[in-house]
Amino acid sequence: MKARVTVTLKHGVLDPQGKAIQGAPKSLGFGGVDDVRQGKLIELELAETDRAAAEAVVTDMCEKLLANTVIENYRIELV
Amino acid sequence: MKSAVLVFPGINRERDMARAFREVTGVEPIMVWHTETELPDVDVVAVPGGFSYGDYLRCGAIAARSPIIPALKAHAAKGGYVLGVCNGFQILTETGLLPGALMRNASLRFVCREVRLRVDNANTAFTSAYTAGQVIRCPIAHGEGNYFADAETLKRLEGDGRVVFRYCDEAGEITDAANPNGAIDGIAGIVDETGRVLGMMPHPENLIEALQGGIDGRGIFESLGRAA
Repeated sequence: MKARVTVTLKHGVLDPQGKAIQGAPKSLGFGGVDDVRQGKLIELELAETDRAAAEAVVTDMCEKLLANTVIENYRIELV
Repeated sequence: MKSAVLVFPGINRERDMARAFREVTGVEPIMVWHTETELPDVDVVAVPGGFSYGDYLRCGAIAARSPIIPALKAHAAKGGYVLGVCNGFQILTETGLLPGALMRNASLRFVCREVRLRVDNANTAFTSAYTAGQVIRCPIAHGEGNYFADAETLKRLEGDGRVVFRYCDEAGEITDAANPNGAIDGIAGIVDETGRVLGMMPHPENLIEALQGGIDGRGIFESLGRAA
């Protein structure tokens, strides 16, 4: 089973990379981009076949390693 | 005073750190590789700067899960001193020994230059050789030194005098212009609630002798020598 973990900065945490990206569409003529937040995507190939067990173990991994919950949120999708 | 310096893959300031301890305290530090699970009997454990694990995932994130880390936590729990500099500070926040996080510099640029620091708390084991409010010179070299903590944590840090160093101008004023990385309230270094764990982004180990252009960083090592 594959798990896809999306890690994003929490609201209220300044994202200078997102801010830098935000300026670029405008200079290419793409209007109407009000805000950009950059995150990261981590894909895990798991031996586990049980969804509930997989979700539990990936949640544990997120809390302990994949996200820094001081500044980041995470979202898990099982594929 | 006996000291140990942790070494992780990708760290590059461990020799500078070891040299500072040797020069100032006269005792050769013990280098400890990250796969060890026990620390030698020392007073201070230093976590040096560099780019552990290439700064992959987050700065310090992977080093903070190394085999040696439980021993570092045990050392802190039994009252030992811990000094984390630059990547070492990032590692200490990732282990949870210090609160908050170090984020990408607000400028998005790696900054390598000298800054001024104001000693906001001279009443710690790391700063007793300085006076409160003293302005010192110190080199910095980092891309992710933008200290962040939530409002509640900041209130606790400020209330307890745990902000030890702040970026300032030559007159000791905390200004945006003097802040090299966007750190909240100009925070450059903090201690934990026991006052025995210090994390700081600037490199005091790189300003300990005339050859390096000054000795403003010696105070940290002298203070530790007195405390331990």
